[in-house]
Amino acid sequence: MLNYEYQLEEILDISGVDIGRCMKCGRCSASCPSYDEMEHRPHQFITYLARGDVAALLESDALWQCLACFSCVQRCPRDVKPANLIEAVRLAAIRPKGAEFLTVEEVEAKFAPDMPQQLLVAAFRKYMR
Amino acid sequence: MEKIGVFICHCGSNIKATVDADAVIKEIRGITGVAFAAQYPYMCAKAGQSLIEAAIRDNSLDGIVVAACSPRMHEATFRKVAESAGLNPYMVEIANIREHCSWIHRDGGEATVKAVELTRAAIAKVRLNAPLFPEENSVVKRALVIGGGIAGIQAALDIAEAGFEVDLVETTPSIGGKMAQLDKTFPTLDCSACILTPKMVDCASHDKINILTYSQIEKIEGFVGNFTATIRKKARSVCMEKCTGCGDCWNKCPVKKIPDEFNTGLSNRTAIYIPFAQALPLVPAIDREHCIKFKTGKCGLCQTVCQPGAIDFELQDEFATEKYGAIVVATGFEVIELGKFGEFGYDNPDVITSMEFERITHGAGPTGGELVRLSDGRKPKSITFIQCVGSRDITERGKPYCSKICCMYTAKHSILIKDKYPDIDVNIFYIDMRTPGKAYDEFYRRSEEDFGVRYIKGQVGRVMDMGDHLAISGVDLLDNVKLELKTDMVILATAIQPATGIKPLASMLSASIDTNNFMTEAHAKLRPVESPTAGVFLAGAAQGPKDIPETVGQAGAAAAKVIGLLAKDILLSNPCTATVDINSCNGCSLCGLVCPYGAISYGPTKVDEFGYKTLERISHVNQALCLGCGACVVACPSGAMNLLGYTNLQLQAEVDALCLMNSDR
Repeated sequence: MLNYEYQLEEILDISGVDIGRCMKCGRCSASCPSYDEMEHRPHQFITYLARGDVAALLESDALWQCLACFSCVQRCPRDVKPANLIEAVRLAAIRPKGAEFLTVEEVEAKFAPDMPQQLLVAAFRKYMR
Repeated sequence: MEKIGVFICHCGSNIKATVDADAVIKEIRGITGVAFAAQYPYMCAKAGQSLIEAAIRDNSLDGIVVAACSPRMHEATFRKVAESAGLNPYMVEIANIREHCSWIHRDGGEATVKAVELTRAAIAKVRLNAPLFPEENSVVKRALVIGGGIAGIQAALDIAEAGFEVDLVETTPSIGGKMAQLDKTFPTLDCSACILTPKMVDCASHDKINILTYSQIEKIEGFVGNFTATIRKKARSVCMEKCTGCGDCWNKCPVKKIPDEFNTGLSNRTAIYIPFAQALPLVPAIDREHCIKFKTGKCGLCQTVCQPGAIDFELQDEFATEKYGAIVVATGFEVIELGKFGEFGYDNPDVITSMEFERITHGAGPTGGELVRLSDGRKPKSITFIQCVGSRDITERGKPYCSKICCMYTAKHSILIKDKYPDIDVNIFYIDMRTPGKAYDEFYRRSEEDFGVRYIKGQVGRVMDMGDHLAISGVDLLDNVKLELKTDMVILATAIQPATGIKPLASMLSASIDTNNFMTEAHAKLRPVESPTAGVFLAGAAQGPKDIPETVGQAGAAAAKVIGLLAKDILLSNPCTATVDINSCNGCSLCGLVCPYGAISYGPTKVDEFGYKTLERISHVNQALCLGCGACVVACPSGAMNLLGYTNLQLQAEVDALCLMNSDR
């Protein structure tokens, strides 16, 4: 658990998000185009982190299903920036593996073939040199 | 030789448990000027007060220090005691050895040392105290109520009933305000106009109330009891005395395409118009911006058809100047603009605000009370409400506060729909349902339990125009599922904000507004209807979002405060005000810039400097306006400003007393 405490701190630090501001309105999830694919929904990233359950998020594919379209960030009335938070959780997932970047093989393994191109492009832009 | 009395209070065990009162007395007795020292369990009790009073008389004391609780608690008490013993009440100083000492220290030794220090500082100050005498000001027995909505109407009625003259100023051509636009009221569902219009009529027929519609405040000067307001009476172009309100003019007016403000722009009005059928006064006004006569010089049809000859295109704005003893600000609210909320598709005619829904469901509204889609006139099969649109939103799009009234009016709207059309499917997306208030929660529950309204805990991400219907993409957080709904009409519970014009009005009144432009009250709990500026009172949504019962209650409270003020013949001012040393002042204007109450003015003053007499531009403090905040004292670069009762010398003496003690140790 100690490890996760550190990671929680790191996630909040990287994202710059104040999860305490969230008032659980659900505007983020209501705006999310990947909602149905995600095991944990955007608003749950905040509730999970609020109770320190980093493990559930790190182990879930939901992490990789965010399209980074930033609708949630644009519409959140509390300026919580859920997409930034998900991005930070991704980094927390990648960093312990000793690599800052995704490999092509890993990407292929992680993503279903029917996923949008945009998602792959976004992922490459973030995790490839 | 000064004779100072020092009184140490135990406050039961509040002070005594930590501070050694005997040791304090022993230390204090040795200080120059201290002629008397005593201690007592409760100085504020009757016996404690008698002890002080007797000590002042018996020892001919000329200043006293009470070492007790915060001066906020009992300074006034001990000043009264001094006064009854024949001592000027401003020769009293309080050393706060409770909140500042005994309550915050565990160690009795340290606390005792600090209590001695604080008392010693107060003694050093009281030695420089001078007797102060409050000024007397007369009170003008007339009130000004700004805003003719239900808040202003109620305040005006209550003040007038007490026998005082009231001027009720309203910017639109009729009193009535937002309440006149509403269809029904929660939680009883009685018709808004039916309960409002009798009050409007009471106002108009009251011989103590003078209604000034189509008017606005231009300037306010003065201070509590003696305000002077300049009111611009906009040219109505219709003679109030001659007009009978027959309606010939507005029926004949050829300009018919002006968005009707009263119907939230959902219908059109003419250039000469009354806002609504029960308008009061029932005298139309010509909207000169849109009138053909004023734009091109031709037309004048209204003048031709007017039997009594009331139309007068030559009328000009008039200015009235009147004196008032008290002012009530009741300027109300307005709905925010939704331009920044693109995701809700407000540009679609079937996506409306709750205020627009009030007009649609109103029998005298743009659809004659028929619930239809504005796009195609079809009766909706499904209606979706979205709560908190722009409320509780800390981004630049919205307002950070809860608009307070939306949960209840949405429950009301849902009941109104279901009552008339049980077949319409009603969904409400909410974040939190907030329905405190008498019979409020029961009302909201009825909408779900008796009327079958579906409440969905969650929000809507997007409203899309699908041609013949709207598609809603929302989320149900309790079931954690996405909802893709087809609906025919979307009603947005839009945030409310203070009416435009509140900012310049607040600065005219030297009254403060908060970060959301709501008027600030003098104390959030204990002085909720008073502004920090003496003589200015608050009623209704100008002070914060409020529903009708609360507004009426607050307006009555504000009226009671006004009546209490106007009932006095003389007002005593607080003598602890700023004062100018005319020999040091160079007229730089800094003090005037920082003064929050507009109490400082400048003018040529005769200055006698060592026999050399000149006229110089010197700052002048209006004692009646000054509240003694001390901002000017801090701002003054030449040390010319002093706060009576807290002069620079007195404060320096306190600091010296504290510092000397510390260097001794």
